[in-house]
Amino acid sequence: MTIQFNDESFRDDYTFRNSEWAIKRFPFPFHEDSYMYSVNMEQHRGGPEGSVYEKRFDVDEHYVSEMKDRAIVLDQDPLRCQSLPHMTLAGWDLLELIMVSKSEDYPDLFELHRNGNQWRWINKPLGIDHSFTFMDETTLPYGPMEYITRQAQGDYAVLDQRDDMLWMDAGMVTTQADWSLDFDIGMNFFEWHAPVPLAHEMGVFQRALKFLLNIQQGAPARRLNWTMTVNPLLDTSPENYSKWGIQKTTLTPENIGRKQHLRVELQTFFRLPRSNALVFPIRCYLCAFEDLMTVPKWGRRLHRVVRDLPVELATYKGFINNRPLMLEYLSQFDDGLPTSPGVWPDLETEPPLTK
Amino acid sequence: MSKFEFPKSIASRPVWGTLEFRSGEHHLMIAEAEGAEAVLDIATPDLMAKTHIIYIPRGTDYADKLRALTPAQFYEGPSYGAALPRIRRVLEDAHMGLQVYLTGTEGMMGQAMNEAMAVGLPHTAIQTEHRGSTARRMQCVHCKGITEDVEVDPFVCSHCGLNLFVRDHYSRRHAAYQGVRVDAEDHGNVPEPKGIYE
Amino acid sequence: MSGAEKIQVKVTEITPLNELVTRFRFERVDGGQLPTFSGGAHTVVEMQDGGITRLNPYSLMSDPFEQSSYTISVRRDDQGRGGSLFMHRQVKLGDEMTISYPVNLFSLDLRARKHLFLAGGIGITPFLAQIKQLDVLHGQWELHYACRNQALASYADELAERHPHETHIYYDDQKQAIDLKGLLNGQPLGTHVYVCGPKGMIDWVCNTAQAQGWPADCIHYEEFLAPQPGKPFEVHLKASGKTVYVGEHESLLEAIEREGVDAPYLCRGGACGQCETVVLDHEGNFVHRDHWLTDEEKAAGKKIMPCVSRFEGKSLVLDR
Repeated sequence: MTIQFNDESFRDDYTFRNSEWAIKRFPFPFHEDSYMYSVNMEQHRGGPEGSVYEKRFDVDEHYVSEMKDRAIVLDQDPLRCQSLPHMTLAGWDLLELIMVSKSEDYPDLFELHRNGNQWRWINKPLGIDHSFTFMDETTLPYGPMEYITRQAQGDYAVLDQRDDMLWMDAGMVTTQADWSLDFDIGMNFFEWHAPVPLAHEMGVFQRALKFLLNIQQGAPARRLNWTMTVNPLLDTSPENYSKWGIQKTTLTPENIGRKQHLRVELQTFFRLPRSNALVFPIRCYLCAFEDLMTVPKWGRRLHRVVRDLPVELATYKGFINNRPLMLEYLSQFDDGLPTSPGVWPDLETEPPLTK
Repeated sequence: MSKFEFPKSIASRPVWGTLEFRSGEHHLMIAEAEGAEAVLDIATPDLMAKTHIIYIPRGTDYADKLRALTPAQFYEGPSYGAALPRIRRVLEDAHMGLQVYLTGTEGMMGQAMNEAMAVGLPHTAIQTEHRGSTARRMQCVHCKGITEDVEVDPFVCSHCGLNLFVRDHYSRRHAAYQGVRVDAEDHGNVPEPKGIYE
Repeated sequence: MSGAEKIQVKVTEITPLNELVTRFRFERVDGGQLPTFSGGAHTVVEMQDGGITRLNPYSLMSDPFEQSSYTISVRRDDQGRGGSLFMHRQVKLGDEMTISYPVNLFSLDLRARKHLFLAGGIGITPFLAQIKQLDVLHGQWELHYACRNQALASYADELAERHPHETHIYYDDQKQAIDLKGLLNGQPLGTHVYVCGPKGMIDWVCNTAQAQGWPADCIHYEEFLAPQPGKPFEVHLKASGKTVYVGEHESLLEAIEREGVDAPYLCRGGACGQCETVVLDHEGNFVHRDHWLTDEEKAAGKKIMPCVSRFEGKSLVLDR
């Protein structure tokens, strides 16, 4: 299908909206009526047609506007994109991976023509037609990682693998769930996850690291993560928390359905061939509570998950103060009926709300 | 003098060790203030014959005791900043096998560790021992400015003036802990500052 | 499915280099491009040897950025279980084979200010790819390569010709030896040392470097162990409810696979840790041969690496 790109904003007047198509394909992260950490990894080799899992790098109606938002963030704070000197080769690997994947998966939107190291890249949605020499930084306006991730939705953490450990040595991070690349760059896997509560004690990170270290070329993996955001704000960075933190206090029973968003990260993991680094694309999807409630199964389930989440997790995810207001709203959409297993909306088979 | 026991914390918070002799052709010891005592604790004539000591007193007076160890080289500098060009010069010319020992405040050890890492020494190979002040070097996550010698939580960023709370999240590259606006969700509601370890 | 992704290739060149070493060139059967890789990576080659499937890892020695073909060099091991003999005697030009995607357990530390390579014999192969990678990246390196004699010095001439300043060759039969202490002492801070060769050489380099104060994170080695023959034994696989007989000339992992039980693996040489298997019960002694388990783990008898390790005794029960 040809995608109609929205003209929308993720700041100030917040004109971001999901179309009905985008709501139905939203990666709802709860496969049952409760949530706890797990190393919920699976292979990333396609998924149901039209789902966000189908392509290696999902492109949707928000693409053009998200790229504009990224450009604004980088203009205000170039430290959101950094690469330690030894990571340039991984940057070229990433550029190749994204260009090849997008041109193969979306031939109507992206084209890549290669003649040896002479490459021509055409990005129709962003109006780019650029010829350059692969592996020659002087032929690109930015470093290879920055160049390509200014044209790809989601954050990118590029991890060096050394001494049986992963190191966050490069990244493009402008749509993050409250962590700072500038602060965390150079940290190892356990260090950059240090602020996450409970999971260390549960051994989640030890198991996850073991899995990630063994991801091989040609065998990418994926998982989902989630949090909550008031207003469709992509840039929930610690850097700007001093400015956006106050927005969390603007919820009322009247506006919560529109303002409160479930924020889901589709995290994928690819081994990069030339550098042996690992890239960790973190794609952020936002959906307003009122849009989620159009799917009866999701309405019932979200209420139960938010209600039963341990205090530590609600605190870490930053919505402990707003939880009572959220439950008051969500309870209207929970009639106590059982829900079908799995994440899919099941609109044809799940009963409509009976209250 | 007894050493301060840091409370157990998250995985990014550095764990400082206790200096010990390790084999190598050359040894570089950087001691700040009471850190001199850690050097005195492990000094032997054999080790000192291959050791370059850089001492930053910050009001202490261990110079004579350190000199009496007769190290291969001894330097006393008025501040870390003043000693830095010398530290860089020593590291730039060093060979593999050099052992680096850092002792003093967290801020000094973190910054000197960065210098050694910049020339390719893995941080895991650099020995540390905390002595003296427990004040922290803090980075404001909002304006990126560094505030030195922070003893209370929350504190005022010496660059942008925001009130910041003191996290245990630590960046080796900045040699600093992270400071985050304490009243971001309730402007003006700043708790009374108290000692970081109170 | 276990192991890395597979690629169907055909043998397009077989080049005997000397009495012991032969080089094989692989191209994709479908004519497509092979994946690029990082210097130090290996591929696992599947061999259908009579009724036995052998899976042996070999370092990729070709230019990592070259996608038209891969090359490996195989040293004939007359005492081994037959993998290298199969490659030397059975594999013919035009044969189709299955190899794995590249896997790297011996990659360069790209932060290094200098890379110091120490090779013994056939251990030269991963360095050939790493040197090509560093050529592109303008990395600083130096190679010290010990060989038995001139006749067996695979690739020594072309290395010396192409990189006269970086390459240093030592011939055992001319009583030439690497002055390891002096070599290690003179390296600038930020140098990483890499060693690939016989076990004795690896131990010598690692121990000397450590004794001279080199940080462990700056010392890298790769040694693929070939599974060794041993006394036959029986193993019970509890999860799949099967009892398997492990013959003298097959590994525990191969025996498990023969019975159709899917077991994870990657390197099949005791290095990567993928095949680590929980021991539920045992009466007897383990013959641990891997580089993965710690000495404490080996002594505890709760885990085994079935790719290279064996068992001698009355009974063994695994969680597989």
